[in-house]
Amino acid sequence: MTVLVVAEYQAGAIAPATLNTVAAAAKIGGDVHVLVAGQNVGGVAESAAKIAGVAKVLVADNAAYAHVLPENVAPLIVELAKGYSHVLAPATSNGKNILPRVAALLDVDQISEIISVESADTFKRPIYAGNAIATMQSSAAVKVITVRATGFDAVAAEGGSASVEVVAAVHDAGRSSFLGEELAKSDRPELTGAKVVVSGGRGMGNGDNFKHLYSLADKLGAAVGASRAAVDAGFVPNDMQVGQTGKIVAPQLYIAVGISGAIQHLAGMKDSKVIVAINKDEEAPIFQVADYGLVADLFEAVPELQELL
Amino acid sequence: MKVLVAVKRVVDYNVKVRVKADNSGVDLANVKMSMNPFCEIAVEEAVRLKEKGVASEIVVVSVGPATAQEQLRTALALGADRAILVEAADELNSLAVAKALKAVVDKEQPQLVILGKQAIDSDNNQTGQMLAALTGYAQGTFASKVEVAGDKLNVTREIDGGLQTVSLNLPAIVTTDLRLNEPRYASLPNIMKAKKKPLETVTPDALGVSLASTNKTLKVEAPAARSAGIKVKSVAELVEKLKNEAKVI
Repeated sequence: MTVLVVAEYQAGAIAPATLNTVAAAAKIGGDVHVLVAGQNVGGVAESAAKIAGVAKVLVADNAAYAHVLPENVAPLIVELAKGYSHVLAPATSNGKNILPRVAALLDVDQISEIISVESADTFKRPIYAGNAIATMQSSAAVKVITVRATGFDAVAAEGGSASVEVVAAVHDAGRSSFLGEELAKSDRPELTGAKVVVSGGRGMGNGDNFKHLYSLADKLGAAVGASRAAVDAGFVPNDMQVGQTGKIVAPQLYIAVGISGAIQHLAGMKDSKVIVAINKDEEAPIFQVADYGLVADLFEAVPELQELL
Repeated sequence: MKVLVAVKRVVDYNVKVRVKADNSGVDLANVKMSMNPFCEIAVEEAVRLKEKGVASEIVVVSVGPATAQEQLRTALALGADRAILVEAADELNSLAVAKALKAVVDKEQPQLVILGKQAIDSDNNQTGQMLAALTGYAQGTFASKVEVAGDKLNVTREIDGGLQTVSLNLPAIVTTDLRLNEPRYASLPNIMKAKKKPLETVTPDALGVSLASTNKTLKVEAPAARSAGIKVKSVAELVEKLKNEAKVI
């Protein structure tokens, strides 16, 4: 039994979600191999080889794999998958984009966003916005799985010494091309990996008021998130959305400011260790999951909180 | 161009679901059902393409129980021209749905297929990608903007770090994100007119599709309950609790 993990990377560095996915692979058992597909990814492959518990790194470095277009990368993974019992990828936007295409080409069902490994063929995953947990068993010859990063503790990024092997195969379907991207720039920690997250909702009133949350976040070394209401109202960009259809976070401390706590938002943050809610509506559903609730006007409470820290 | 839109009947997004006592699944008896919100956005996008003169015909399809006719009628009331129901058991796996949709694509030959990015019940986020794999078409998933550019489709996608734009050859598969559009409401006259629009029912057998799956759900449980904590009276008390009781700052 050997598990293939499809690596996620950003700006030439291994993404933290890859480390959580390797942890899930280690729970399944057997050797863990990591695939790095892209263009000019030699540096990524070298850092992948240092991940604790990885036996081998496969590098597919070709212009066809630039920006990991699924039409080109999925056939590559399918070709490699025949030698593996499991193919895993983090449930990031790339993982979610590519892996179901791989599963269908292999004629197997995928299991999405697992939060635990029960055995080599049995996994748990949330359904209905996290309001139920399903235990799923796969009889597929190659089990194709995406991993919810917050469900597994990351393995060490250093300490491994895997061999690096070049994959020569080039698949270029010629059906799609990359035109451009617009990435949000931030000095704050990445939302899904942050230890502290401060999130704002509709109660923030406008985008300008998010500056209160940014300065609070900077004091706490926190990332800033948002509810769908805040994103849809145009206060902040969509990549800050926490929830069923946004990002899933499980920090040590989650501070929800002006967020009512709809089912869809709770789905993205209710596994946080400590939840704090600041809301002027004492009936807001967020108080039903908050460890510490403060019924107050956020425009008074947030500056005061910042001062006391 | 002809546009095919896939819609799913799911529990309404506002319903707080309950797990059955025997752990066999979620209790859906007497629960309000609706069109999956992402599918509504898919229908809206197709209707807008028709209003722009890009789409010539909108065919809406659902793979599911006979009751999914309600959701197909809703789509017809929103502006779809005709509907196809592939009548099958509820709670199919994504690959089975993708195979049924592939058979419909083969028959209808649409230039563009629009689906929601995920259903809010199974939360799989798989079907569109699987359909793209089975047809060999390009995929533009999690779309927040779709533009036809000659014989290609430019799709702006929501990715983890922001937005990405890709160009896809037609025919192509698109899955919708929340930001793609704001779905309209069906007017009463349109709901009445929708009753007269054609709705064809087929079986997976007639399409030559096997619904077999490699996944089996062993049990469904309620998640560990999180109990309400305490209400603090002041910001000072909150800071004190976070420092000394929870020890998180």
